[in-house]
Amino acid sequence: MTTATANRRTWRSLLHGLADWSEPVVEWAIRLCGWSSILFVFSIFVFILVIAAGAFGRLDWGEFLFSAEWQPDSVVQPRYGTLALLVGTLSVTALAMLLAAPLGLGAAVFISEFCSGKVKETLKVLVELSAAIPSVVWGFVGYMVLAPLIIRYTDAASGVNLLNAGLILALMSVPIIVSMSEDALKAVPDSYREAALSLGASRWEIVYRVLFPAAKNGLLAAVLLGVGRAIGETMAVLMCTGHAVRIPHSLLTPVRTLTATIASELGESPVGEMHYCVLFTIGLELFAITFLVNVIADFVVKGIRSERS
Amino acid sequence: MSQMRNVFVVASCSLVFVSLGCSRSPDARQANREEKTIRVTGSDTMVNVAQAWAEEFMKKHPNVNIDVRGGGSGVGIASLIDGTCDLANASRKMTDVEIEKTKAKRGSEPKELIVGYDALAIYVPKDNPLDSISIDDLAEIYGKDGKITKWSDLGVKDSKLADAEVTRVCRQSSSGTYAYFREVILGKTRDYKLGSIDQSGSKDVVTVVARTPSAIGYSGMGYKAPDVKMLKVSKHRGGKAVEPTVENARNNSYPITRPLQIYVVGKPSGVIKEYLDWIHSPAGQKVLLDLGYIPLDQ
Repeated sequence: MTTATANRRTWRSLLHGLADWSEPVVEWAIRLCGWSSILFVFSIFVFILVIAAGAFGRLDWGEFLFSAEWQPDSVVQPRYGTLALLVGTLSVTALAMLLAAPLGLGAAVFISEFCSGKVKETLKVLVELSAAIPSVVWGFVGYMVLAPLIIRYTDAASGVNLLNAGLILALMSVPIIVSMSEDALKAVPDSYREAALSLGASRWEIVYRVLFPAAKNGLLAAVLLGVGRAIGETMAVLMCTGHAVRIPHSLLTPVRTLTATIASELGESPVGEMHYCVLFTIGLELFAITFLVNVIADFVVKGIRSERS
Repeated sequence: MSQMRNVFVVASCSLVFVSLGCSRSPDARQANREEKTIRVTGSDTMVNVAQAWAEEFMKKHPNVNIDVRGGGSGVGIASLIDGTCDLANASRKMTDVEIEKTKAKRGSEPKELIVGYDALAIYVPKDNPLDSISIDDLAEIYGKDGKITKWSDLGVKDSKLADAEVTRVCRQSSSGTYAYFREVILGKTRDYKLGSIDQSGSKDVVTVVARTPSAIGYSGMGYKAPDVKMLKVSKHRGGKAVEPTVENARNNSYPITRPLQIYVVGKPSGVIKEYLDWIHSPAGQKVLLDLGYIPLDQ
């Protein structure tokens, strides 16, 4: 008995000693994790910048930004105009968000405020499951299922086009928007809801007047995460847009995005040559777009905050 | 940097394969000393026959492992230059620049072996009233500043199709078919018209054409499907139009026939030589013919 207690005591003191010794190590490990994410983003940026820099001197920036002629393999004169690709990316993303933002927010409000118990749990699991569907599978759905439907019900010449890619991207971003904004709504304290109820607000008024303003930052972050997903998506848009260098004049025009261009042309372009470096410059362009989106979001959020105070 | 690039090539190839649902990556655990692996990369036009060859050869030589990847002729040649494959399938010739690069990077010249021929067919949906087309017309459809934009420009009178824009289905620019078609139809100094729907596989072109009533597309003769038809092709407007068949391609009367080649660096030896010799043998050529390509004259 006494030996057992003694044993336990030595063990305990050993464990305490270990904890004293390991605490700074764990602390440093956690600190390193925090810094590493910044380090990774920074080193990726530098990597892309260094290779893209190979094109900077030779690239006609006016053409790069404002010409719609992307013909890097031309037999006459290679042309590196990315306007059509940029418009393709922006239009597909805009269409996707136009559809996904109201759908996602609506679903989040429903899950968080209007249902409970089993229905709520089932819906949450289903939403999380659909967020895990790989993008190539979505691409497949667009290519094999949606394309014939678009041809049947519209007078589109081709089933792979802006509308197809926008719909698929919307379906892909909805789960992210739903689960993020559901979290944001959940974070609003119940006392807000109770206060509104006691003032005689209807359920809809609670959502519209109380929850939305209170959860604005989180909801905006949810939509922006959806935008990020839509801009960066590659495989699904490669399969669903039609991959045609065109400035769209309607929803039914095939388009091509910046990401899909990099994916489909990097393999063929010899390392270090103009075409290769320009593809990395497109990478920089994408970096700039996401940066801009984030900065705008930051300002919007700050604006909301100062307005409230 | 070249390593980074290889990672990209492998990643994009594997993406393509995942999307095709036929991963053929070698099982590393099975590899022992006696087992030999031949890495083949390149042309999507040839990927069908390359896989059939590999399977047939591996049946007879169980200790040989042949890893076939697509991606396009350009991808195959780029990885031959980088040394990440042993054999590059190509449905176009290597350019002088590429040959120079191989010499500089690998130390010896690439050797070209013609392993068969492929007739490039012009595909339209089955209910398109058109029966034949000339290379002159194709140049106006596909070429920069080309004058043909609507089906009525080609003499189609059917009311629904006549007003429709000709939807050009093309290959992506890393494809040898893309480069060959440009050379034969547009010559060496004319670019493609932008705005075509670019597909990353030979079969995809046929699939999209079948689903798109106003489409026209080009792809290997071996990819014919029941819901599309192949147009007869003449050299000039009003000339004699020839049907794409093995016979017509062999006697050179069909105008868009091209050689398929395999590139290897230096003199092939060992199991690679054995493999290449077998491809040239009647057994290897039969595989080619069965898949709708045109065998070498024997």
